[in-house]
Amino acid sequence: MSDYYEPSDLKRFREIAENATELGGKFFDYYGAVLSEGALTEREKALIALAVAHAEQCPYCIDAFTRTCLEKGSNLDQMTEAVHVAAAIKGGAALVHGVQMRKVAAKLSM
Amino acid sequence: MTKSLSYRHHPLSVVADQRALLAHGDVPRFEDRLQQAGIEALTRKTLRIMQINVGKLCNQTCRHCHVDAGPDRREIMSWETMTSCLAALERSEIEIVDITGGAPEMNPHFRELVEHVRALGRHVIDRCNLTILTLPAYADMVAFLARHEVEIVASLPYYLGERTDAQRGTGVFDRSIDALRMLNAAGYGQPDSRLQLSLVYNPTGAFLPPAQEAVEADYRRELARRFGIIFNRLYCITNLPINRFLEYLIESGNYDDYMQRLHDAFNPAAAHGVMCRDTISIGWDGALYDCDFNQMLDLRCNHGGPQHIRDFNAEALDGAAIALGQHCYGCTAGAGSSCGGAVT
Repeated sequence: MSDYYEPSDLKRFREIAENATELGGKFFDYYGAVLSEGALTEREKALIALAVAHAEQCPYCIDAFTRTCLEKGSNLDQMTEAVHVAAAIKGGAALVHGVQMRKVAAKLSM
Repeated sequence: MTKSLSYRHHPLSVVADQRALLAHGDVPRFEDRLQQAGIEALTRKTLRIMQINVGKLCNQTCRHCHVDAGPDRREIMSWETMTSCLAALERSEIEIVDITGGAPEMNPHFRELVEHVRALGRHVIDRCNLTILTLPAYADMVAFLARHEVEIVASLPYYLGERTDAQRGTGVFDRSIDALRMLNAAGYGQPDSRLQLSLVYNPTGAFLPPAQEAVEADYRRELARRFGIIFNRLYCITNLPINRFLEYLIESGNYDDYMQRLHDAFNPAAAHGVMCRDTISIGWDGALYDCDFNQMLDLRCNHGGPQHIRDFNAEALDGAAIALGQHCYGCTAGAGSSCGGAVT
């Protein structure tokens, strides 16, 4: 399983459109538009993408958006903080469900 | 401190081998990529800039240096060759003389060259590594440059010390900041001053530079906030895969991906704006090249005219095809790259 994810496979991403051309085309058009400059800068979007990549633990996205962040002018301090944002939200999401645990436990207990 | 490839007798110090290595990669030939984009050939326009490389001697040994410069290099331009440059300049309409190295200030004839070029009424650029200005032997250099209204184009690959030192050597960032403060104090970069101070960002690794205006805003904010430093403009320059940057790419396992990245980011608009179209590059020994990168790969001008500055013929250059190689992908990637930064 160690080579289940081949870094070079990222270049083959667009092959996914081969058996669903219209859907694939729509996705890649949307993907490009989302990451283009808008109300947020391309740099800000790349940092968000980097954080999400870590939350999703997608190796392709981590490779791609680490490079993109550097090429948009972010530095390692900023990129590390973005990963901490992902970690905080992921950790917070787990922890806040402790409220559910406490409610269920309260209901079951005398 | 790292030694030059030449000093270490590294295989890459043989430039013919570098050219062969670049030519045999997986990336399509640069000429073919141009043609695919509808550009038959890159040809010269009116000559505007004379870039003189006055030698490979430098007080630093940066890891990305495309010149393979350093304290162990001894190739420097003689005064005789400089007089040939001045004679060629006098009989041409060239507007700008761009002096580079190595550390150009270390050439013993640097000041005389600047004085003569200024006497001809031409604009002078000094491509300065900054730290040279902090050495006791060059204590009056800032005043000299200011007196002659020389534009400073200074290397500062990032506004933070860690990344700058990783590329240029331990302690270089702090000494660069000292030099920038000296330049600001002499009037460089100040509002309404004629003394122009440009900074150069270049990536501290195997990636392309960011948008020039975006990173310029970062530099302006951070250098002012952290160090009280001001400057006129920032140029983003892509690292070309030659000499010590090529060594870094190969040793770090990034070479193939970097070449592919340059190829994938090919921008036809950048190809139209490359600096070699209006620049002549002169080597320390007086040989002529289309650009400083071709100079380092010993790719001579193929204009059919004389190959040495002493026999300079500007007319022969006009419309001539530029000598190309796989390294040219570096100047046409993304927003493009030149000694004057992005080209689109």
